[in-house]
Amino acid sequence: MTNPIGDLEKADVILITGSNTSENHPVLSTYAKRAVKRNNAKIIVVDPRQIPMTKLAAKWLRQNLGTDVAWINGLMHVIIKENLYAKEYVEARTEGFEDLKAAVEKFTPEYVEEITGIPANDIVETARIFANAKAASICYAMGITQHICGTDNVKSLANLSMLCGNLGIPGGGVNPLRGQNNVQGACDMGGLPNVFPAYQPVTNPEALARMEMEWGVNGMSGNLGLPVTVMLPMAHEGKIKAMYIIGENPLVSDADLNHAEQCLEHLEFLVVQDIFLTETAAKADVVLPSACFAEKEGTFSNTERKVQRVRKAVEAPGECKQDWEIISEIATRMGYEMKYENPEQIFEEIARVTPSYGGISYKRIEQDGLHWPCPATNHPGTPILHAAQFTRGKGLFHAIDFIPPAEQPDDEYPLYLTTGRVIYHYHTGTMTMKSDGLNVAAPECFVEIAPEDAQALGISDGEKVRITSRRGEITAKARVIDMTGPGTVFLPFHYAEAAANKLTNSALDPVAKIPEFKVCAVRLAKAA
Amino acid sequence: MFYYINSVDLYGYSSFHPKNRDYRYFRPEGLLDNYLRGIMKPKGNITINGRSYPFFAGQTILDVAQANSLDIPTLCYLAGAVSNGGCGVCVVEVNGGEELVRACETLAETWMIVRTESPKVVKARKEAVRKMLNTGNHNCAVCGTRDASWTDFQLGAQKSDDTTDLCPVWGDCRLQDLAFKYQVQGENTPSDTEYPKDLANPFFVRDYSRCIKCGRCEAACNEVQVNLAIDWDRNDKDASYPLANDLCVYCGECVQACPVGALVEKDVHYSLRPWEVDRKVRTTCSYCGVGCQLELHVRGNKIVKVNGVEGVAPNYGSLCVKGRFGYHFVGHPDRIQTPLIKENGKFREASWDEALDLVAKKFSQIKETHGGDTMGVLTSARISNEENYLAQKFARAVLKTNNVDHCARL
Repeated sequence: MTNPIGDLEKADVILITGSNTSENHPVLSTYAKRAVKRNNAKIIVVDPRQIPMTKLAAKWLRQNLGTDVAWINGLMHVIIKENLYAKEYVEARTEGFEDLKAAVEKFTPEYVEEITGIPANDIVETARIFANAKAASICYAMGITQHICGTDNVKSLANLSMLCGNLGIPGGGVNPLRGQNNVQGACDMGGLPNVFPAYQPVTNPEALARMEMEWGVNGMSGNLGLPVTVMLPMAHEGKIKAMYIIGENPLVSDADLNHAEQCLEHLEFLVVQDIFLTETAAKADVVLPSACFAEKEGTFSNTERKVQRVRKAVEAPGECKQDWEIISEIATRMGYEMKYENPEQIFEEIARVTPSYGGISYKRIEQDGLHWPCPATNHPGTPILHAAQFTRGKGLFHAIDFIPPAEQPDDEYPLYLTTGRVIYHYHTGTMTMKSDGLNVAAPECFVEIAPEDAQALGISDGEKVRITSRRGEITAKARVIDMTGPGTVFLPFHYAEAAANKLTNSALDPVAKIPEFKVCAVRLAKAA
Repeated sequence: MFYYINSVDLYGYSSFHPKNRDYRYFRPEGLLDNYLRGIMKPKGNITINGRSYPFFAGQTILDVAQANSLDIPTLCYLAGAVSNGGCGVCVVEVNGGEELVRACETLAETWMIVRTESPKVVKARKEAVRKMLNTGNHNCAVCGTRDASWTDFQLGAQKSDDTTDLCPVWGDCRLQDLAFKYQVQGENTPSDTEYPKDLANPFFVRDYSRCIKCGRCEAACNEVQVNLAIDWDRNDKDASYPLANDLCVYCGECVQACPVGALVEKDVHYSLRPWEVDRKVRTTCSYCGVGCQLELHVRGNKIVKVNGVEGVAPNYGSLCVKGRFGYHFVGHPDRIQTPLIKENGKFREASWDEALDLVAKKFSQIKETHGGDTMGVLTSARISNEENYLAQKFARAVLKTNNVDHCARL
């Protein structure tokens, strides 16, 4: 997030898109809900599903799946045409405005209605509400990113925010809501194929030389590595021979699971390090038992870039070891000595090689965390990014055109499928499904079907339904409800026994290499 | 300089205006921030129990007291909410006036001389506490009568709970604390009243026989979480109880707010007394990316209860159903407890030495034969920064490949 979570309560307008906020980030959603209740802020929800946040929304726009660039360009078209944009801000702090203006020219409200199904009038009204706000915040999650045009979607939201002067101000910002406790930290730490800690490119020879010196090695690779979504297919082709998977369950969370499973089976050697014998661990040659969050010291970085302490409350069961100990031991046995007394010592090394974490220490975050960038020990942290200027100097507008999703409904697979989470479960359920209460509250997989579609297919509420895509087939209970609108069905992806990701499409965004989980085509039938 | 602007903003500078008062940010902890102390000008000084304390515009007498660790008891005031339930316990005497005022809703003024425990105050508090003790099954050991009716009352309350224990929150009840502090005894009259009860939901018990109608649950639900799941008319308290409707998503904000035994976690209800908790550990939640601050209550080597840490960002005590009630995976019997090695398609248990040697040997072999770029590391968005750092260091410095990624995309 460019802004801290608490900022939501200071926004006049909060645009929520591709995020079922109250179910997936419940505590963060309370800030948005209080903003409405106490400050008369306006929430705009743009989501194909009638998520709970729509109840508090001043505007809810239901777009066709995968048409986000179109409606965002449509809003900007209206804002520019009606002269509602932040001229001084655009002038002083951004570049590329003319290109943007040209790119959104054709996205008239009528044209946008054709693509997105959102009435032209709603586009105009929403554009006015957004542009007239003193501070407008944009919150998004995987509904925006998990598309073949995920990068375009995010850039479009950034365009919209800059156009109205909302980046770098309290209550504004472009705010991705991280779905897992330490996605932010894993990225910051260089858990990505293209960057070292603090996003220093691996292809930059200076950064490479610095890291080699710091780590006391030479011969490190300066080539881009492979993202997970490419690694797995490469395993299938035999180009990846061994994998070391820590705390992940791609055999429930990856797209097109049947294919992912074959990929893992082709590996010569698979090591999985986890707290449970997950679907993925079951495929491993060696399983290493690790400690969970309540059994370790360390830090997580949350969605607002705040580095916070994690503390040990209980001893890990049996012979489980800390993840850092296991990694260190393997490295040492391979001839590279990794020797640390405790996580704090590792953190000190992180602070040394990660400029944005440079000023953070366990001592400083004992009571309250710090927002990076925090480059020096006397630096108070940076809750709001881009306040004085953008990282690159001037904010760059990107001219972006609309492309349709990779898979469209047809005669054989006439319905759209989209996926998500429910409030009672978390990701692949390995943790939440150990709590009886949560299982009682959300015991099994279901498929949300619009009443119109259910009637046409002769399916009634509670019946078992077979859902088939080009890649696989699962069975789930029908929930006939007006959530997604006719033509679209929704599945939660938590349940391994009815894994939604057997159906999803692994088509990738060309830049971010993220699969298009949120759109594919399926057909439904009563289960025999 | 611009850092400072951010810091001020974090605490909601504008909301310090009394008209625009937002309790959520107007909290004593915020004022302890050194920087704010430096720039905010107190409006003046107020005298409480003979000592003078600075206060800021918009602060109530209760705020000033709490900021200075002075104990003004209250049962209904909820930090973060605007309304209160009028419990009448926080009354104080101002300038010797006949009429006591509620500290929670009276703004501090320079001319005020406040007494928090004067005879008049104590008398009023006793009366308020006595009234509440007489409203239901408050069967702690505070015994009001010495005759058989006490026994009948006890037995009645225990029967309604199907237990032989005292109240489930004995020792962890704000009403009991006050009854003890002011030596108040209820009448403990046995009654046939049928109280509303919800034992069906899997997360917590709702037992209105112990509800004192303080309204904290309603404020927690409707003003703090804004789930709008509790229906209750504060202005007509006598007529009804604050009951949950079907919008409830079991976040448990109401449970944390309840000062008595009306809302109690199922895992705790008659199975955990506060003195059985060995330690409470503050940490960061491991579910979504919000990073809520949790307090894990530990007995032996087991987490027995979780609550949100009050007064600190980002959650100020709030949690969701997963964060509060989804802790059973820690120490679950299904946890893998030893390294496993697969032989002929089946896992067998192995020692750490054997497993680690095997992994190191195979990784080294594959690296030698095919090169580091034929290997991949998937680190995790679930483990710590320290561990992520080591995982990518392992891939880059040991395997000599940049094939390292994690599940952010999935």
